[in-house]
Amino acid sequence: MSIATQDTAIRTGRVMRTLIYLVLLLFVLFYMLPLYVMVVNSVKPLEEITGGGMMNLPQVFTLEPWAKAWSSAQIGVEPTGLSPYFWNSIKMVVPAVAISTVLGALNGYVLTKWRFKYDTIVFGLILFACFIPFQIVLIPMAKMLGLMGLAGTTWGLVLVHVVYGVGFTTLYFRNYYAVFPTELIRAAQIDGAGFFQIFWRILLPSSGPIAVVSIIWQFTNIWNDFLFGASFAGADSQPMTVALNNLVQASHGVKEYNVHFAGAILAALPTLLVYIVAGRYFVRGLMAGSVKG
Amino acid sequence: MGFLDIDNTTKSYGAVEVLHKVDISVQEGEFLVLVGPSGCGKSTLLNMIAGLEEITSGEIRIKDNVMNGVHPSKRNIAMVFQSYALYPNMTVGQNITFGLEMHGTPKPERDKAMKDVAQLLQIEPLLDRKPGALSGGQRQRVAMGRALVRNPDVFLFDEPLSNLDAKLRVDMRTEIKKLHQKLGTTIVYVTHDQIEAMTLSTRIAVMNGGYVQQLGTPQEIYDTPANIFVATFMGSPAMNVVPAKVALENGRPVAQVSLFDGSTVALPFSQNNMSDWAGKDILLGIRPETITDEDAADRKSSNIAHMTNRIVVTEPAGSDTFVTMTLGGKDVIARMRSDADVHPGADFMFAVNMEKAVAFDPKTENRIAP
Repeated sequence: MSIATQDTAIRTGRVMRTLIYLVLLLFVLFYMLPLYVMVVNSVKPLEEITGGGMMNLPQVFTLEPWAKAWSSAQIGVEPTGLSPYFWNSIKMVVPAVAISTVLGALNGYVLTKWRFKYDTIVFGLILFACFIPFQIVLIPMAKMLGLMGLAGTTWGLVLVHVVYGVGFTTLYFRNYYAVFPTELIRAAQIDGAGFFQIFWRILLPSSGPIAVVSIIWQFTNIWNDFLFGASFAGADSQPMTVALNNLVQASHGVKEYNVHFAGAILAALPTLLVYIVAGRYFVRGLMAGSVKG
Repeated sequence: MGFLDIDNTTKSYGAVEVLHKVDISVQEGEFLVLVGPSGCGKSTLLNMIAGLEEITSGEIRIKDNVMNGVHPSKRNIAMVFQSYALYPNMTVGQNITFGLEMHGTPKPERDKAMKDVAQLLQIEPLLDRKPGALSGGQRQRVAMGRALVRNPDVFLFDEPLSNLDAKLRVDMRTEIKKLHQKLGTTIVYVTHDQIEAMTLSTRIAVMNGGYVQQLGTPQEIYDTPANIFVATFMGSPAMNVVPAKVALENGRPVAQVSLFDGSTVALPFSQNNMSDWAGKDILLGIRPETITDEDAADRKSSNIAHMTNRIVVTEPAGSDTFVTMTLGGKDVIARMRSDADVHPGADFMFAVNMEKAVAFDPKTENRIAP
């Protein structure tokens, strides 16, 4: 009796597993398909795409569309390619990610290790920033940037993204530091370390996993942002996403789909790179602090 | 004037007073242990000496300097924490010298101090390792090294052995005692373990409910406990406390205690002032090791009483055998030699060393002083 049951259990197990793998495979194909379309079409001459057969592998392999998208495609009125906008994005993303991460870490440190009256309310208010939709602040933010003389500059965009990102980074670091042993802070205090010395020497070196989470999250969000870039950037501070839109939306001439595909991949590559380099810390960091011990 | 004075110190959180007027003066080179059950305020008091908790009222002085409001790092104290609190990102060497570095000591001096301490604690081979790669006992040593290197006026230990396994705990206890004898430093040590308190201290403060119940040498605490709390908290197994009635026999005060069958036995007091309590109820405190068989009774004692009582349970523990009986309606434990001829259910003649017995007032629970 028991042997028979075991037998069926194994057989259903096998059937189920095959089914599960089939379904998973289907999902993989479904998710990979857009990437496949983008990659194959970005290395084809334009005639192969307009002649139909978007799904076919390229008959003639060419990197011409990539080169054109990067350095000579018509963006708006100038034939500059995406490269200057790529650097605009970098100049905006790097400081914005760095500043918002450090500020989040400082906030988390204060909210957990230097507790004060009503600190949970302060934390709640900071957290509130995570839930405010972008559209609501567009006009007030434009006014503020104007008043500060930052309208249309990269630093204006950095400020906007820092303000928006601090809510998230504070949340990450607060939860991470909440389970960081307070005795360590006390030991450092007795050893004579001050507020910032404890932060730099004791806390930050132990914050690797959560810093990675914060950096990936912030980098992806800020790099991919379109609304703030389109709203607040000047002609010489437009980020990659806005430029890509201008490239694809150009209303004159032939639609160079292969160049558009190459440009879109170029715009997506940096976030992909960050995931590949730091991704394995991501899940670990997200889980950290959720379970004690 | 002591080396470390805790002068009428209280601590309140809002309206709740958790420490009530603590008054302790510690001399230089003393080893003071604060002992009590969890929540008695002993760690709070230690943190107040360290400067990690504010003092609500009263004063704490080290070498006659008032410490109220002085930053922890400027009190010239060092603390060993329960969790060791080693900095996980630094090597053992960096952990030990971090405090010196923060106080601006030049590197050559730091290295020399580190070497001396490492030699003293025999942790030289560990200096380049991270705390994560150390065993519990090694971490404990490093934590002590970090405290020693600063050469502080007062060492504060916050339950430093409670994270170690039983055997290591006993070893480290001896190490700490050796270290204290060798260096002659002033130590305040918090523990909930009464054996640690007895073995390590030169003086003990037994605390409960935010009050210092008794302050004295280990012997004083053990032999003349101030009240029933101290009597039963210190010592293992705990002191037996049984209801008794004081009577006079031939002009001598005796404690009448009921045996297993309801008959009473008269145990004569050594303290003559117990005559004043004649006719009144008291609580009689008898340590387990003062109830023995006739042969093991203390020969130096001038007051051995005898009683025949029925044995309920025997618990052989190797070195001793614990015998449970009913006395005054309570379970009473006697600590017998392991070869004593005791059997459950049998009647046995016990010898009670009444010189060591203490009496408590049942109303106040305080000891009736001789």
